[in-house]
Amino acid sequence: MTRHTTRAVLGTGAVLLTSALVLTGCGSGFAGDDTKADGEGLTSSDDALTVLIGSSGDAETSAVQSAVDAWSAESGIKAKVQTATNLDQELSQGFAAGDPADLFYLSADQASGYAANGSLKAYGDELANKDDFYPSLVENFTVDGTFYCAPKDFSTLSLIINTQMWTDAGLTDADLPKTWDDLAAVAQKLTTADHVGLAFGAEYQRVGVFMAQAGGGLVDDGTVIADDAANVEALDYVKSHLVDGTFAYAKDVGAGWGGEALGKQSAAMVIEGNWITGALSNDYSSLQYTVAELPEGAAGKGTLQFTNCWGMAADSPNQQAALDLVEYLTSADSQLAFSKAFGPMPSIKSAAADWTSANPELEPFLAGAEYAQFPPNQAGTADVIADFNSQLESLKTSDPKTILDSVQSNLEAVVK
Amino acid sequence: MAIKAAPRRGRASGLRRGEAAAGWLFTAPVIVILGVFLLIPVLMALWVSVSDWGGRGSPLSGSVSFVGADNFAAVLTDGGLATKDFGTSLRNNAWYVLLVVPLQTALALFLAILVNRAMLRGRGFFRTAYYFPSVTSTVAITVLWMFLFTSSGAVNDVLSWFGINGPNWFNDPRGILHLALGTVGVDAGPAALTQGGTLGVSWWEWLAGPSVAMSAYILMAIFTTSGTFMLIFLAGLQNLGADVDEAAMMDGANGWQRFWRITLPQLRPTLFTVLTLGLIGCWQVFDQIYTGTRGAPSKTTLTPAYLSYQTAFQNQEWGQGAAIAFILFVIIVIFTLLQRWVLRDRPVSKRRIRAYASSSSSSSKGASS
Repeated sequence: MTRHTTRAVLGTGAVLLTSALVLTGCGSGFAGDDTKADGEGLTSSDDALTVLIGSSGDAETSAVQSAVDAWSAESGIKAKVQTATNLDQELSQGFAAGDPADLFYLSADQASGYAANGSLKAYGDELANKDDFYPSLVENFTVDGTFYCAPKDFSTLSLIINTQMWTDAGLTDADLPKTWDDLAAVAQKLTTADHVGLAFGAEYQRVGVFMAQAGGGLVDDGTVIADDAANVEALDYVKSHLVDGTFAYAKDVGAGWGGEALGKQSAAMVIEGNWITGALSNDYSSLQYTVAELPEGAAGKGTLQFTNCWGMAADSPNQQAALDLVEYLTSADSQLAFSKAFGPMPSIKSAAADWTSANPELEPFLAGAEYAQFPPNQAGTADVIADFNSQLESLKTSDPKTILDSVQSNLEAVVK
Repeated sequence: MAIKAAPRRGRASGLRRGEAAAGWLFTAPVIVILGVFLLIPVLMALWVSVSDWGGRGSPLSGSVSFVGADNFAAVLTDGGLATKDFGTSLRNNAWYVLLVVPLQTALALFLAILVNRAMLRGRGFFRTAYYFPSVTSTVAITVLWMFLFTSSGAVNDVLSWFGINGPNWFNDPRGILHLALGTVGVDAGPAALTQGGTLGVSWWEWLAGPSVAMSAYILMAIFTTSGTFMLIFLAGLQNLGADVDEAAMMDGANGWQRFWRITLPQLRPTLFTVLTLGLIGCWQVFDQIYTGTRGAPSKTTLTPAYLSYQTAFQNQEWGQGAAIAFILFVIIVIFTLLQRWVLRDRPVSKRRIRAYASSSSSSSKGASS
């Protein structure tokens, strides 16, 4: 009986093992098809394209859809836009299965990881409009000296002010804060029992602007500078005003993010990016607001910029068409249409003048492009920044130097 | 071989010729389904946990190599961010288990006894009412909970009637034991606790207790699962014959004694089921975290199951993600075995025997108390 069971188990195991080998054999068969070398040459076929986007809402989805449809009509190549509910996860699944979307939104911090495992096609140098992109955006998607993918658009952080509260507090345009002291002073004036002066998210992606203004940052030319004295100064400044109640984290005023805090009138000023314009006009359309450049710190102006690129899969069978589509989507016309539909700024210099004349009141966002820093983009840094953010949540009661020291050692472990 | 094997098979199983083949044929679909969707993925995950697979193409392709225990080491011994995150997630989940398992079991048992009573009016209604949260999707309940526990939510409104200024529940990373210590003026731990530690988390942090945010999840888990376990207890209770209970009643045991000495020991198999299911469910908590806070605030709601997902899909550290999943598996097995050992059938202790032996002399005392 026992031997019989053993044999049965062994037999079943053998069957399963064989089927596993057969199944995975198929899998590697797919992957084995592409014999093309990375960096050289693009695949070309008649295959339809799949475009996977992480959309902020209907406005963005339909804008991308109509741009892609227009390109399809022009080129005669079918293309389908899919919206991801969880972009990172769906991308990972696609790469693991060997069947990714041809083109997809890709954030800078994810790009290096996918580049490292060979999932991405580095097509940056083949773009006809390569030299038109802002250099700092190109740098964002350059891994080990290779320009991987075209920045699709970008945003910077500025100060968004509730105009009504501003005038109620007796402030005028002349009072727009130029320095940290100015900012503290107006935040003080704007703080009432009902709302705080300035609110922002409890994360490096907002607090980091102060680090930039103080002359700090996280990674500079491949060197980790998280424990720099400038960063300590910046966090000390933020902490002191969190403690005196003139600054607050969005969560602490019952809002999910800065835009909500401004919309719900629980903050008079917030630090947010371009995307706030769409959210405010959708949800709080009666709110009057002013956009201003962020104040200068010890080292001058500073802000952060955020961007995504059009990633291209190394496994895509029709990269030639995908490249053509990227050029179409990053053209001035398409980007200005996107900007109109959902708010980000064009990633190419040649569209800047048109954008500014169409959005004069949002000009401070574009001005920020001149001096913006961007979050580190090396593989593994997303994790470190997530940890930094979790520590910033309790900045009010913790020691900035201790936080920054831990960020320094965590970053040093991944930035080599 | 075949001639020798045939009679042995016949003798051992009593099957007629061809029946074994038919048996295999009929079970084959399930074996194939379980194999393809359960066994093979588990084996592949095991391979991923000891390989350097980067997330592209098949993990069994030639370019993926064996890296031994590297992934496990990164999570358990390296002392870097991965270790610290894992330590934090274990800390969070340990508190969750420590509070949820006993509380949900006790509450479920209490409810089961309540609705098992013959004299309770509207038993059907109560059984449905208590069971209702269990059949509702976790996602729906999590969303409901997020609403109830926002800083201006219903829970804080109710607390404010009693003059209590409720916390910003899901955004409050402070551990409740630390908070309690803070009220008596202890804000920082002694050096012995803050200096030492394991898995990158100091002993002082291990002892922080669940954060306020995690406490909200703990309440939710108790609320949602006690209905299911009530049902299991109810089934167990209804299987118990009334005669033993009546006999005890005749012997003069009061209600409390009958519960502890008669009902509960008879419920031991049910208790084992409930505790095992509770332990497994609590160590695997994922949906709530995924739909709710995703580990925020300050990673105090990070759990190993969610961390495993995040490490693999977000950080693209597939090996480490799989390693965390297998460590979690080992933890669950250890806890289940431990619990089995604690609940094992034991010979009656000498103390207990003495108590029974002297019961005739002390029965008057028992009856009077």
